[in-house]
Amino acid sequence: MEKSKPRDVLLNPLFNTNPIALQVLGVCSALAVTSRLDTAITMCLSVIFVLALSNAAVSLIRRYIPNSIRIIVQMTIIATLVIVVDQFIRAFAYDISKQISVFVGLIITNCIVMGRAEAFAMKNGVGLSFLDGIGNALGYSLILVVVAVIREVLGKGSLFGIELLKKQTDGGWYAPNGLMLLPPSAFFIIGLLIWALRTWKKDQVEQEN
Amino acid sequence: MTTSDADPRASQPAESRRGFETPPRDTVSRTLFVAAVLCVCCSVAVSVAAVLLRPGQERNKLLDRKKNILMAAGLYPEGATASDVDRLFERVETRLVDFETGALLEEDPADYDQRDAARDPDWAVEIARDKDFGNIKRRAKRGLVYFVRENGALKQLVLPVHGKGLWGTMYAFLALQPDLNTVVGLSFYEHVETPGLGAEVENEKWKEHWRGKRLFDDKAEEIVIRHIKGKVNSKTPNAIHRFDGLSGATITTRGVTDLLRYWLGDDAYGPFLKRQKN
Repeated sequence: MEKSKPRDVLLNPLFNTNPIALQVLGVCSALAVTSRLDTAITMCLSVIFVLALSNAAVSLIRRYIPNSIRIIVQMTIIATLVIVVDQFIRAFAYDISKQISVFVGLIITNCIVMGRAEAFAMKNGVGLSFLDGIGNALGYSLILVVVAVIREVLGKGSLFGIELLKKQTDGGWYAPNGLMLLPPSAFFIIGLLIWALRTWKKDQVEQEN
Repeated sequence: MTTSDADPRASQPAESRRGFETPPRDTVSRTLFVAAVLCVCCSVAVSVAAVLLRPGQERNKLLDRKKNILMAAGLYPEGATASDVDRLFERVETRLVDFETGALLEEDPADYDQRDAARDPDWAVEIARDKDFGNIKRRAKRGLVYFVRENGALKQLVLPVHGKGLWGTMYAFLALQPDLNTVVGLSFYEHVETPGLGAEVENEKWKEHWRGKRLFDDKAEEIVIRHIKGKVNSKTPNAIHRFDGLSGATITTRGVTDLLRYWLGDDAYGPFLKRQKN
């Protein structure tokens, strides 16, 4: 097993092995919560918390998990963390929780979380797994924030609720792009981001067999 | 012992086998033990979080409810703090109503949760299929009403209403003028409709257009408010009894019409409203 350096483990998932852009995981929540920046950021923080701790927890007990219940054990740990995060958001950010409560629950099904638990945390130490969790969650967050900024600015003319482009309906000049408010726009933006990323990092382009 | 530990080890790739010199993990007893310990630990973690955070969450919920009632009544200023909300809510009188008779009850409504009551067979009734427009199946025997007063005079009456949308139940506050027919506001504060589609019930523009709509006909007998597909042309004679449909959210919109039809009808607040008008 190659010894991964902590710095690589933390920074690779940002541009080199981005979970959304290269591994194409966790795209569903990226579509759902990115119509506004505040919900996207809450989602990102939740995923960072869940991914880092689930990776660490799975790594901590990896030698004791019976093979036959491996996946269920990972799922239980992830579900527990997600529930705790959801409870916190409801206690401290009630307004935002009303917007994203459903989607926070769906972090349990986010392929990135299960994927890293299985692919990395089961085979590496606690410290490294924790960093891998943070790294992948940061890679996920990077994409989400970029998409959310584009969608909120073009779709609503605002950022974090603060008006940037005055809408025509408010007496201004900007006609909001309705497509940006719908989930498919996130899909298109992610596609364009993947294209841009692979133009910069040509080694990510898939080889034709 | 030997048969069960040989197989999992052999099926693992060579590199991971090297590191795992620990005792066999896949025996039935070991599996059950790990599962049990995991369940206990996770349950404790979740329970502790839920119990510790509940007071804060309940406070948020109550504050949110007061805020929503004030918003429906058009009395909620932007950026109001929690203490602002509490202070503004002082002019609101909360009362209990018996749905069957329509009479105001003398009991103190504090701590009465209409939603919880609807779930309790002793405090709720099943709604007849042909009357259950909102598809909510049961309704509490007693309902909450909020009298908004200014200098002693009634300015608005706020009613809690709910009914099924597309994905789940939508909860709102309906604020009425003292004629108990003209709408001041309809504020949905809880729902699980799709953002951008059904969730547009929270759109400020759509909420604004409810102001001035009349729920009952001119004789104030029949509930005539309903949705149309598209935007209501304010020049048509019936415009005051029609509200805009939500684009791409047919079922949600229909749900709004239906829940109003139920809660203003004889099976719910209808008798109470009739009494109040006299």
